[in-house]
Amino acid sequence: MQGFLKSEFFFNYRRSASAIIGSALMLVFAIYVAFGPWLVAQNPHDIASLELLDSFKPPAWLEGGDPRYLLGTDGQGRDILASVVYGARISVMIGVTAMLCSCLIGTVLGLLAGFYRGVIDSFIMRIADIQLSFPSILIALFLMSAVGTGIDKVLIALTAVGWVVYARTVRGSTLSEIEKEYVQAARVAGLPDRKIILKHVLPNVLTPLIVIATIQVGTFVLIEASLSFLGVGVPITQPSLGLLVKNGFDVLFSGLWWTSAFPGLAIMMLVFGINLFGDFLRDELNPRLK
Amino acid sequence: MSVQKQALLEVRDLKTRFYTFAGVVNAVDGVSFSVGRGEILGLVGESGGGKSVIGFSILGLIDPPGKVDDGEILFGGVDLRRKSEKELQKIRGKEIAMVFQDPMTSLNPLQTVGEQIDEMLRLHSDLDGKARRARCIEMLSDVGISEAEKRLNNYPHQFSGGMRQRVVIAIAMIAGPQLIIADEPTTALDVTIQSQILKLMKQQVREREASMILITHDLAVVSQMADEIVVLYCGKIVEKGPKQDLISKPAHPYTQGLLGSIPKLHDRQDRLTQIPGTVPDVRNLPQGCNFRERCPFAQARCAEEEPEQHALDAGRSVACHFPLEQELAP
Repeated sequence: MQGFLKSEFFFNYRRSASAIIGSALMLVFAIYVAFGPWLVAQNPHDIASLELLDSFKPPAWLEGGDPRYLLGTDGQGRDILASVVYGARISVMIGVTAMLCSCLIGTVLGLLAGFYRGVIDSFIMRIADIQLSFPSILIALFLMSAVGTGIDKVLIALTAVGWVVYARTVRGSTLSEIEKEYVQAARVAGLPDRKIILKHVLPNVLTPLIVIATIQVGTFVLIEASLSFLGVGVPITQPSLGLLVKNGFDVLFSGLWWTSAFPGLAIMMLVFGINLFGDFLRDELNPRLK
Repeated sequence: MSVQKQALLEVRDLKTRFYTFAGVVNAVDGVSFSVGRGEILGLVGESGGGKSVIGFSILGLIDPPGKVDDGEILFGGVDLRRKSEKELQKIRGKEIAMVFQDPMTSLNPLQTVGEQIDEMLRLHSDLDGKARRARCIEMLSDVGISEAEKRLNNYPHQFSGGMRQRVVIAIAMIAGPQLIIADEPTTALDVTIQSQILKLMKQQVREREASMILITHDLAVVSQMADEIVVLYCGKIVEKGPKQDLISKPAHPYTQGLLGSIPKLHDRQDRLTQIPGTVPDVRNLPQGCNFRERCPFAQARCAEEEPEQHALDAGRSVACHFPLEQELAP
């Protein structure tokens, strides 16, 4: 810890407003995701706890607002703040899990392609090329309509979209890494391929992935929100932020703006925070800018 | 032929080719030589002469589009070309080790030098963790690194170039290989460090009664180190023989040219002699002798007929129609 506080990374962090704001936003979401159920009074998924009489209350500071419901309520009398907290948990969970799956699959494929080259490389990279020529939301939409909806299906669709960036990045770094003499030296030392890849190549290609992974969580939150808004995302029983926006959207033009505005604002702040911090990481971890 | 010590490595008629888009490159074209036990062999030639390819061919590490097409690589009497990849992995590092040119890139930047030396022992010995650590410390002080125990936990960037090359040598030596292939081990180092490292390598090899193949473009380095010298040109051996004879009495004009381009301390020279021209395109070698277009002594016969390797006195041989006979001033 002492070492970290003295490191160049922390030195630059303290001087970067965007990094501090970004990480603060991420921290707020992290706290709500981890401890959300204990921080809000109501469980919006528990229908028994809802009061229909409290439906469509405006935010507390407006006329007719109820101090129990800071951000107002929706048509079933759900506290919007509680919905947003629970929705953010689902959104972040999906974003992080899909990122981890993409990262794992993409890294393995990228290592194989870069290390063995030849047919394996061409095969994996052509799939990646094809995939990159379609907008990711289109691929996700297509997959969702093929495999159906549900959180697991969303994860499959996002992973299918997301592995490509890792595979390409890892392949590129691997190609330049295996030209270095220490990899040659490992072969000369009699190390089997598996060990060379895991112990020597992998640790040396990981750094750029940290940046990609961070920014990708934000991208995935957005894609998931779009899918849910389009009605092919998460089921109504597990509403993510995107689905909350969609639900509120139905009554938006009746002047009940808070039902979809606050979930939307939450998406924006989450993605904004992730991108701010991701930009900082990119500047920090890019050896060419050092 | 003089009485030969028993050969540890015998390479016979080795042919390594690269099948590239622009044509077939005969990187190593029918090279034969042998390394006796406890002997240091210098492999000399210009860049692109196929020196490093020989090293990798011996270890079976030629990647496509390259291929060892022909020849025998007898190590302790067994042909390495007939071994499976699994068997070769046991030989690499344990029986034959390699030292690379650039110590800046030949160590993994993310592992401590201790881990990297230890990796060899874990792979090629049955010692337990404690014994391995003791061996690593001993080895590191053997190659002249002080406070070895502390330094084991350092990362490569905490060492200078010369120190790193010492670590690389420690890694190569620790499993007790019988043969060390050193590929331009001092080219990337400061001149002041070069001779230290060379001395260290020679001492280590002699102490362990191992053999070494020293690959270099620098005849001055070879003359300090080697017992035998093999001179390569365009993937072929142009001349070989014991160091002393070859240096004082080069038979091939190319060897003479290489020797002439080394500055000498006691001669008054305004200009160094140089070999005119450049190495011919290996995909498109001239007919006859490969060196003919750069050779000051070339005659009509050189353009028609490729010279065969033929024996001279005292274990020497040369591939030239008109071998030189004059003795160079020492």
